[in-house]
Amino acid sequence: MNNPFLDNALNDQRKAGNNIVVPYIMAGDGGLEILEERLRFLEECGAAAVELGIPFSDPTADGPTIQDAGQRALKNGTTLKGVLDALETFKENRSIPVILMTYLNPIFTFGPETFAAACANAGVNGVIIPDMPLEEEALITDFLEQYGIANIRLAAMTSPNERLTNITQRTEGFLYAVSVKGTTGARTTHDESVKTYLQNLKQMTDTPVLAGFGVSTPEQAHELGSICDGVVIGSKIVDWFYKGQTDKVKQLIQKSI
Amino acid sequence: MTAYSFPDTKGRYGNFGGRFVPELLMPALLELEEAYDQAMNDPSFTEKLNYYLKNYVGRETPLYHAENLSRQLGGPAIYLKREDLNHTGAHKINNTIGQALLTLRMGKKKIVAETGAGQHGVATATVCALLGLECVVFMGEEDIRRQKLNVFRMELLGATVESVSQGSGTLKDAVNEALRYWVSHVEDTHYILGSVVGPHPFPKIVRDFQSVIGEETKRQYQEHTGELPDAVVACVGGGSNAMGMFFPFIQDKGVRIYGVEAGGSGIETHKHAATLTAGSTGVLHGTLTHLLQDSNGQIEEAHSISAGLDYPGVGPEHSHLHDTGRVTYTSVTDEEAIEAFKFLSSVEGIIPALESAHAVAYAAKLANDMDESQSLVICLSGRGDKDVESVKDALGGQTNE
Repeated sequence: MNNPFLDNALNDQRKAGNNIVVPYIMAGDGGLEILEERLRFLEECGAAAVELGIPFSDPTADGPTIQDAGQRALKNGTTLKGVLDALETFKENRSIPVILMTYLNPIFTFGPETFAAACANAGVNGVIIPDMPLEEEALITDFLEQYGIANIRLAAMTSPNERLTNITQRTEGFLYAVSVKGTTGARTTHDESVKTYLQNLKQMTDTPVLAGFGVSTPEQAHELGSICDGVVIGSKIVDWFYKGQTDKVKQLIQKSI
Repeated sequence: MTAYSFPDTKGRYGNFGGRFVPELLMPALLELEEAYDQAMNDPSFTEKLNYYLKNYVGRETPLYHAENLSRQLGGPAIYLKREDLNHTGAHKINNTIGQALLTLRMGKKKIVAETGAGQHGVATATVCALLGLECVVFMGEEDIRRQKLNVFRMELLGATVESVSQGSGTLKDAVNEALRYWVSHVEDTHYILGSVVGPHPFPKIVRDFQSVIGEETKRQYQEHTGELPDAVVACVGGGSNAMGMFFPFIQDKGVRIYGVEAGGSGIETHKHAATLTAGSTGVLHGTLTHLLQDSNGQIEEAHSISAGLDYPGVGPEHSHLHDTGRVTYTSVTDEEAIEAFKFLSSVEGIIPALESAHAVAYAAKLANDMDESQSLVICLSGRGDKDVESVKDALGGQTNE
């Protein structure tokens, strides 16, 4: 269901004429104890919301950078429950929306209803589940609805219009427009057809449309953001945090807004 | 009795199966399902498939009455379905030839595949050479080390073999990389999955192409005796030879069906690949099925001396047949499989693949509780030439003498 806190945060950015920027970080990469500080840092950089990745042993939609980050997080003992517990401890001090990006199996093992309840309890505003297409989402939609968690759907460049219509109608919070035909990871250019694809999606819905996968520079963020409403930036940010280059993270986000 | 009609339109086998994939792949899965349904209703497609199965693969394969084995074990009449006699030495090619023909029909020219031991990789590279398809095979670096000769075979056949270093560098990781590759090349590439796993319609397509095993077995056995066998036994990793053998017998309630998983060092050691025996349900590689996983939903490594069974998931239809109790799933250890490997070699002059040796090992146990008036069919899914070296290593170089 729509999550007002998330909706308002994104709409405020739109009203201010900003490019919406949602950075992705891997939970537990560098330890869960730095999570609070890192979310605050991203908020100060001007991020509209944060996409928080839950590590999974077999992340088939991810390229090498996020795979490696996930492996590091798993070695640190990061679990879905651990991340939700950590988020709960500082939910009162947080004013940036948090969206969990997790493959389905950790949720399945946790139990979909328990998961939705725990998300609400931890102040999570939305979820993105990359291996759950429309055909399979009945597994969890009712529970997310019941606990007020936005279910952010993903659109793909291979989806025919009929599917895109269905996806844009169902999505909550924003539409995650996967803008490469491939996995996550920095790319230097996007295919020309991305523009038509994003324009097409924009015509289908008033919900914010964010382009994601392959976005790693302010130029790309503005190029894509000028057609839709903003971008998700993942691998580059994960990589810079890992290398301790937080200044670069800040610059990238600020220049992309 | 209602007819067995799984999967349903959503690709479910009871509580299992489905299509848990990124949106990017959904259109390709829907296209594949449609192309497959059309092809199977097109006599020119099935004629072509049957032509290659007969003249290229070498079907039908014999159903051999293993009299020495039967006599040694002192119980039922034991028959071996000789899938080891297929071209490339295993049942895998029944599926790859079918999917390759389907690829041509879909107008695609490129193939990606995963392989564990290399049997499916070789069977895929073979049909790609035959039909002029470009072929990329992903293989874990640990498996590349264990199966150097199969890597060379694939290269000889014109395939590109990509080494996968992620994770444990075995079959599970090769599937991950093959899926990632497919996501990036989905418009001109078909993924030939090697087992009855993955998202719908793969478990159905692979089962159907492998069902030639059980159909022939049934006909051959009936021609020979006028009846049906009392029991059939097959090994289960992902479970494609087993599904191919079992499917035509599912509605024959008088036939007991046994699936044998890899018990590795023993179930109690946690070093095994016995997903149905000791796993729990979850979602991996696009399907809801039984998995080896920890309490947080992270997939665990499988362990088996047999690279072909070394997979932490299993086909969703097996999960369903396990749930309903129609098939009994059990396991044998590495040690028992090696004993059976040696035993069959010495009494019948047939060196089985280590995978198939698991079925032989369990059949020997089963034979203890059966009498001479009964019969048992073992699916001998592949030949053991590829395993001779690892068995020698496992035995520490010792011989029987």
